Amino acid sequence: MMTGSVWIAGGGVISGIGRNLGECVASFEAMQPGMAYMQHLHSAHAQTFPVVEVKAGNDELAAIAGMPAHWSRTALLSRIAAQEAWEASGLGDIRQYRTGFVSANTVGGMDKTEEFMEAFLTGSSKGKLRQVVHHECGAVTELVADAMGVRHHVSTISTACSSGANALMYGARMIRAGMLDVVIAGGTDALTRFTLNGFNTLMILDQQQCRPFDDTRTGLNLGEGAGYVVLVSDAVAKEIRPWCRLSGFANANDAYHQTASSPDGIGNFMAMKAALEMGGLQPEDIGYINLHGTGTQNNDSSEGLAISRLFAGGVPPASSTKSFTGHTLGASGGIEAVFSALALRDGIIYPNANFSVQMRELAFSPVTAFSRGNNLRNVMSNSFGFGGNCSSLVFSKE
Amino acid sequence: MEKLMQDLKVQIIQQLNLQEVKPEDIGDDQPLFKEGLGLDSIDALELIVLLQQYHNIRIAKPEDGPNIFYSIRTMAEYITAEKAKQA
Amino acid sequence: MKAFIQGAGCVSAQDSNVFPGEVRNYEGDRLPVADPDYKQWIDIKQIRRMGRAIKMGVAASHMSLESAGIKNPDAIIMGTAYGCLADTGVFLQKLVTQQEDMLTPTAFIQSTHNTVAGQIALLLGCHAYNNTFVHGAFSLENALQDSLLLLAEDPSRNILAGATDEITDYSHTILRRFGLYKNAHTSELLQSQSQGTMAGEGAAFFVLSAGKGEHSIAQLTAVDMLYRPASEAETAEHIRAFLQRNGLQPADVSLLLTGRNGDTTNDRYYETVEQSMFSNTPVAAFKHFCGEYPTAAAFGVWLAAGSLRRGSIPEEAMVKGQPPVQPERILIWNHHHAKHHSLILLEKC
Repeated sequence: MMTGSVWIAGGGVISGIGRNLGECVASFEAMQPGMAYMQHLHSAHAQTFPVVEVKAGNDELAAIAGMPAHWSRTALLSRIAAQEAWEASGLGDIRQYRTGFVSANTVGGMDKTEEFMEAFLTGSSKGKLRQVVHHECGAVTELVADAMGVRHHVSTISTACSSGANALMYGARMIRAGMLDVVIAGGTDALTRFTLNGFNTLMILDQQQCRPFDDTRTGLNLGEGAGYVVLVSDAVAKEIRPWCRLSGFANANDAYHQTASSPDGIGNFMAMKAALEMGGLQPEDIGYINLHGTGTQNNDSSEGLAISRLFAGGVPPASSTKSFTGHTLGASGGIEAVFSALALRDGIIYPNANFSVQMRELAFSPVTAFSRGNNLRNVMSNSFGFGGNCSSLVFSKE
Repeated sequence: MEKLMQDLKVQIIQQLNLQEVKPEDIGDDQPLFKEGLGLDSIDALELIVLLQQYHNIRIAKPEDGPNIFYSIRTMAEYITAEKAKQA
Repeated sequence: MKAFIQGAGCVSAQDSNVFPGEVRNYEGDRLPVADPDYKQWIDIKQIRRMGRAIKMGVAASHMSLESAGIKNPDAIIMGTAYGCLADTGVFLQKLVTQQEDMLTPTAFIQSTHNTVAGQIALLLGCHAYNNTFVHGAFSLENALQDSLLLLAEDPSRNILAGATDEITDYSHTILRRFGLYKNAHTSELLQSQSQGTMAGEGAAFFVLSAGKGEHSIAQLTAVDMLYRPASEAETAEHIRAFLQRNGLQPADVSLLLTGRNGDTTNDRYYETVEQSMFSNTPVAAFKHFCGEYPTAAAFGVWLAAGSLRRGSIPEEAMVKGQPPVQPERILIWNHHHAKHHSLILLEKC
């Protein structure tokens, strides 16, 4: 029943460093992270915390997405990246396949709910209902599924920062079970005041550019965006030239604290180890790790120690692309899956920006230069988050 | 100082929703975290807001928390010292 | 892959200890959960931070593990449409009224959708697979489907799966403005012949495993979802195909348990399909016991599983026909605004 491989037929990304995957790669190559003071989100903290916004207003995004501008930015971003992923796959008419859309997000239509609440709190009959009609995470997914013409399966996963990676896992498992031929899987999240203020209460936002895996790191920068891969079955993969294969994945729980990672990253370790095992790989087979690497003291230390333990024989090149895109929360697992799949296709190793001081507890440091033409066979992508949710994906050339 | 410590106990119970804890259950020198009152890192962040809300004191670095919030007395001493600086 | 329900726990408007022997009735436009004493399952130090969605979910999950005789499951999978609304509301309200100043972390931390599954894992010290689906009236269904997939991949697992959703004053006020609710009495809700229903909330969790055991309550044979069918005819065709895939005809269903909620438009949809393919099948309903909410089907599963084990359906649940004696098979069909349809097939074991 659970047989066959799952392939990556294509991918699409919109983030604060580019409106499509090509623009994002160009930003990596030019060493241009996307942090800036916010232009589109209206917050009391606008001048305090740099963020990595998609550099376009809702009107402009709506025009690209072919959606009304009053819809949640989460949906607009999602549609743009999902469409790019679909086109990259070269699969043609979506209706000829049993297609699913598994999208992750953490905020849903919260950007619009915030506007609604401003009025609603002055009187319970106030506030435009159309601002809350897409509040639920699932409602955002359906706007995009409908626009894409997906009918066979729609679902939404929300496991905080690991959401996007879990969307790929669920999609891949439905393909392996023979339920679907094709799944567009990944995640989306728009910046909102809700999340910005939430992370501020945890005192883990950096007032400068974040410095993942650097000893002087003091927190993360929030970003926004969306990223999707197109997962296909063996049968569909035969018709096209897939980028790579999703060879391993695993989900584990740290079960340590609601928001913090355990000091030794037990959940991280378990997820990475099980993903390798599923792919039938040894640690030394991994040619590049796309780190979760948020830039908080806690995450980078736990993740780094878990990697040191698993890759005791030598840590492969590793970097946090969040040093460019910021932490895009529910989207990050999807965005970084696309980066990882492209890394295999084009032999790319991404740089880690803003690294200067070696972390005292680690023996390895992140890669700081962009390079192409690397002979990569297998790439790992990590996503760890609140609620102890830890997921790890492994992509393979064959 | 005694009055401040008493106020702090009431404020902490309210802010942290410590059901079934009464002000007199909290000793002035009892550790607030772990083996003492059993508070954790999320509570530490709540206490930072408590200082801001009730005492108009801002703590910029969460890593200063453990020393300031060791006990009711250390909190009261910190508040008194900060108030003196503000005056 | 099918599964056996080894344990079940439910927190709802009904008292799990005496229902269905004794049905609680409500008047108004909502059925609130009669909160049990959560301290029997949750440590006082933990409980102080938990919103009701979390408390209900944690309590129901503990009850289901207890009844299955299992301490630590091999996966925790849950569904919630709205997530932790109370904490979301608190944080939003403060964000707006305090103009983004002096906000506290607890409400934010508790507001994230994966808090319930995360808290269950934390309280159990469970490092296993952990997932949360947040897709309206497909949230529970995806949690069950994910469970069936996990069992197909590794039949040795015990999986804790369920759903939780809460009503808050904010959410109820807002949803009421959409015209979803009316004032009614639960005992007459299904005969009310007008638009609107009564709001509900609750949590139900189940322990699922591949093999039949001494605790097994019922068999979960299959789960399916249908998104945006064009017509009642397409839905009927989908249900027929679903049964066929499981080697069954409509006549093999001992009881059709529907998501009727007293809203005429909503209920007419069931009626139309029933006339075309379930004309001789007894039909029951469950939302007059638990109210309408996107994950209400979890209550339906709890009711159906218990009925299969007892060999009887409560009289109060019946809409059409006589309650079947020693039912073999219950098909739960729930739809949400005719857009999301779920089919959950349970059999006696």
